[in-house]
Amino acid sequence: MDNVLTYMTFIPLAGAVVVLMLPNNAKVIRWFSAAITTPPLLMSIWLFNQFDRTKAGFQFVEDYYWIPAYNISYTMGIDGVSISMVLLTALLSFLCIFASFGIDKAVKGYFALFLLLDAGMMGVFCALDFFLFYIFWEVMLLPMYFLIGIWGGPRREYAAIKFFLYTLFGSVLMLLAILALFFTVEPHTFDMRIMMAQASKYSAQVLPIWPFDQWGWGFQHVVWMAFFIGFAIKIPAFPFHTWLPDAHVEAPTAISVILAGVLLKMGTYGILRVNFPMLPVATADLAYWFLGALGAWNIIYGALCAMAQKDLKKLVAYSSVSHMGYVMLGMASFTTQGINGAVLQMFNHGTITGMLFLLVGVVYDRAHHREIEGFGGLATIMPVYTGVTALAFFASMGLPGLSGFISEVLVLLGVWQRYPVLTILGASGVVLTAGYLLWTIQRVYLGPPNEKYLKMPEINGREMFTLVPLGVIVIIVGVYPSVVLDLLRASLDQLNQIIIPHLKS
Amino acid sequence: MESPIQTDFIRWIVFLPLIGAIVNGLLGAKIQKRMGKGAIGVIACTPVVIAFALSVNAFFTLKGLAPDKRFLIDNLYRWIELGSLKVDMAFMIDPLSAVMILVVTGIGGLIHIYATGYMHDDKAFWRFFAYLNLFTAAMLTLVLGDSLMLLFVGWEGVGLCSYALIGFWYHDQANARAGNKAFIVNRVGDFGFVLGMFLLFWSLDAQGHGSLTIREMVKWAPSIKDSLIWGWPVVTVATLFLFVGATGKSAQIPLHVWLPDAMAGPTPVSALIHAATMVTAGVYMTARMNVFFSMAPDTLNVIAIIGVATALLAATIALTQNDIKKVLAYSTVSQLGYMFIGVGVGGYAAAIFHLMTHAFFKACLFLGAGSVIHAMHHEQDMRKMGGLKQWMPLTFSTFFISVLAIAGFPPFAGFFSKDEILWLAFTSEHGNKLVWFLALCGAGMTAFYMFRQLFMTFYGKCRADHHTQEHLHESPSVMTMPLVILAIGAIFAGLIGLPGVLGGSQFAHWLEPVIHAHAEGHASHALEWGLMAVSVTVASFGVFIAFLMYRRESLSPDIFCNLAGGFFYRVFDRKWYFDEFYQTVFVNGTLLLARFWSAFDAYIIDGIVNGAATLTRFASWLNGLFDSYVIDGMVNAVANVTFWAGNKFRRLQTGNINSYLFVILIAMALAIYVKVHYWS
Repeated sequence: MDNVLTYMTFIPLAGAVVVLMLPNNAKVIRWFSAAITTPPLLMSIWLFNQFDRTKAGFQFVEDYYWIPAYNISYTMGIDGVSISMVLLTALLSFLCIFASFGIDKAVKGYFALFLLLDAGMMGVFCALDFFLFYIFWEVMLLPMYFLIGIWGGPRREYAAIKFFLYTLFGSVLMLLAILALFFTVEPHTFDMRIMMAQASKYSAQVLPIWPFDQWGWGFQHVVWMAFFIGFAIKIPAFPFHTWLPDAHVEAPTAISVILAGVLLKMGTYGILRVNFPMLPVATADLAYWFLGALGAWNIIYGALCAMAQKDLKKLVAYSSVSHMGYVMLGMASFTTQGINGAVLQMFNHGTITGMLFLLVGVVYDRAHHREIEGFGGLATIMPVYTGVTALAFFASMGLPGLSGFISEVLVLLGVWQRYPVLTILGASGVVLTAGYLLWTIQRVYLGPPNEKYLKMPEINGREMFTLVPLGVIVIIVGVYPSVVLDLLRASLDQLNQIIIPHLKS
Repeated sequence: MESPIQTDFIRWIVFLPLIGAIVNGLLGAKIQKRMGKGAIGVIACTPVVIAFALSVNAFFTLKGLAPDKRFLIDNLYRWIELGSLKVDMAFMIDPLSAVMILVVTGIGGLIHIYATGYMHDDKAFWRFFAYLNLFTAAMLTLVLGDSLMLLFVGWEGVGLCSYALIGFWYHDQANARAGNKAFIVNRVGDFGFVLGMFLLFWSLDAQGHGSLTIREMVKWAPSIKDSLIWGWPVVTVATLFLFVGATGKSAQIPLHVWLPDAMAGPTPVSALIHAATMVTAGVYMTARMNVFFSMAPDTLNVIAIIGVATALLAATIALTQNDIKKVLAYSTVSQLGYMFIGVGVGGYAAAIFHLMTHAFFKACLFLGAGSVIHAMHHEQDMRKMGGLKQWMPLTFSTFFISVLAIAGFPPFAGFFSKDEILWLAFTSEHGNKLVWFLALCGAGMTAFYMFRQLFMTFYGKCRADHHTQEHLHESPSVMTMPLVILAIGAIFAGLIGLPGVLGGSQFAHWLEPVIHAHAEGHASHALEWGLMAVSVTVASFGVFIAFLMYRRESLSPDIFCNLAGGFFYRVFDRKWYFDEFYQTVFVNGTLLLARFWSAFDAYIIDGIVNGAATLTRFASWLNGLFDSYVIDGMVNAVANVTFWAGNKFRRLQTGNINSYLFVILIAMALAIYVKVHYWS
């Protein structure tokens, strides 16, 4: 199957165009959208089977001329850094179509934009040409803006604009950084593979009228920071995270799932794809503070903020800030356990937080509010729903046997070798996480049932259909993590080897 | 080391209860509706009983091997492999885990059977047994896990089940809160445990032996003898971290606060999880890692101090409690303290021995208390009981035996195990006479409060109301049968660990392959007899006081209550104010931090973001003003000037030939003048 990555990216795009031409019948549009996300899902399963687990380099590469004048090419390909994200994107896009069946406002527009978003996300993870990468990066932004701004909650416009401007701000920095790299490589090219191969050039590059070289802050560090801020906004890393709670709270359920499940990963993915291999010296210099310490701070800060929330969805949003901290922390360790744990955590966070947002959506659809204090005793009213929620909550807490445990423990174990103090800080987040999640379970699900919701219907078949695959993955990865780890290991170990020689002390 | 024997049946010891949990958890509601509670009971009890049979089989398989070959392993698959970190999904049986699985499946099986009677009227019968089976599977994973990582899986798994079972009756928020407290306090311990695990792994890795497989770690333990971290010996720091984990799970100071609250769960749960098995996990873990602990004498001292402090503190609290389960809960905390005294003086085998005998008599006490509570329609206040022995002879006699066992009277089980700990505290090289003396005082208090409970519950006149009295009855045989078996254990279990003067401990001998560092008391037989006599005398004294106060009632408890103006009584009754202190400092402190940072997030961080937006809008407004007044003003000014000028010059266009000619004449005259005077 040649060009499989192109198919996975452009089938949803073609689908988006077709949706616009379909008759204005909600049912037809919904099922067509579901059908159009199925081939990418099947292809991702094929990829999972065919992926060579022993190879560190890029696989399934497609390379075509595009704009030869500027050495821009259409290059797609995946390696261990991106494969898990491609799988996650295909799966969540498919499931979220079903989670969107409840949308009845401007159905055609919604699904067309959703499919466009799907194409953009897939493209970001597959693109190996920086120009192409940037295009997909921006393509994603537009549908997300409308999906939040039109189908969102009461403060949707504020949230959508905040999200859009914030991300755009990051994109601009990223664009400048891309150009800086472009003009440094010889010959000038946007091909990421060449940029990685010529990483040593960036150390030699000098910035004009830049006074900080003597402190070890050269061209490479400036470019690193520009990329980092662009990606940190997506992660979202403190202090660039405040768009996230607003966007999550206002976005419709399926879009929250995509936001948390896929979009946040682009930040950490970008750092691994760009900062690590292209700017290894700066990565070695800056990782401790900007990935490690900031990651540990993200864990604690996110957890404390989550604890104070009154809105269930906002709580889950802040828990994302906290859990993405583990990814940053793990990446900063440059140990095989830490970095593999970090990418596994990206995958696990996608499935677990995906479940959490779907679960919040279930009660929101029924009660039309998300006040934590406004429920109580749901376990009596909706026992099956509560059971699934408990699974997701405990996975989020990192309970052994479930996927979150493996990635968190790997991250913390890996980090210990290099920075024991950061491990201690990060591990204290485990206690806080248990605190706010259990407190939430107690207030929402336990206690005497709330009179108002005695008649609330149990979770239905469609909702279960979106949750069960994620739940099954959470258990499988917990019991047999090699299913994902084997995909990652070769590429990530190679990535570590690029950085380690540059580490000081 | 030779490669151990692969034995495929071990996995089923864990999997059978797990399957029971899955079946009852997913299909229990339907099964219960269609086939009744009996079916649920069968699905839940059968796997545990079979697991017990397998455990017995494992025990005899081990016994048939030479002592240094007593090791069976069941390796399923490679669980995690990254760099030097290689963790197998593997279960192992050695003499230590053999003892533990016999306790867990044997006593656990009895409690399962008992619970089919005790929980019979509960609507969520299936859910209870799903949790109970899951607990059993997790506990078995804990003791059979071949690596620290797998041990930790069980470690957290039992915590989860404990949480679920404490909050089993979740309609009452208080129960849910007790569950949260248990889980979160345990998480603090787990935090320490994982750090200890990481430190050991990387220290061994630095020596080229990085592993989490326990037998590999033990094998290479000597290689990290001289390693340092932060200027301290690695083994000391790592074992202290691990011990933090143990204080959480085994309810030692300062993390003991969750266990008394855990009594909110159904009584069989208190017996199984919060007395016989889960809470002993910390003791098991320290015994499992004994090689490391023995390398860290400082840690052992800390453990001994914490153990003796916990034993005494919990005993003082138990003196004042009136809730039948709370007394037992504090006595459990106290007995766990004794086990850690054993560990702290290097007597790991003695600690495990006490763990085992304690499992019998404490399970029997809890189930007996459950039987009483069942008969009393869920009344737990001992002040409303009394004289129950006439209605419940079987419950009474088994309870009485267990009280004798815990109070430490020969030849009951508790006497031998507790005395071995006291003996080691007195004589072993890590021992200390002060520790021995304090532990002895604790033993006296134990005898007092256990007999106080016995007298208040079963003797004297019944203080229950009329309605309850009329319905008093002995429990059904499904509940009393386990009591009888446990009572038999409480009588005879001690005989496998006889003191040196009576022939020596077979139990310690059995554990020797695992517990290499066997603490020996070095002293004369006369001293051994003497110390035994002292401890029996102290226990008798405790019983005598209890007898005077609560049976004869010739001595008023007020004498103690009013001591020092009631100060001691208040402190004991308020549990030394630990809960108040933790609530104020840790719970409220964390919530305060949470609110602070959340406000910081909303007002400062987001304020900066929104401020930037506002600032941009202000700048654009200014820019707009500038644009419309200055820039556009200039454009308009040009137009205006042109217009104005045009307007002014319009006056010239009068249409009058005369004035035109006049202007032309003037202009020509001017031109000629300029030409003549300036341009020549």
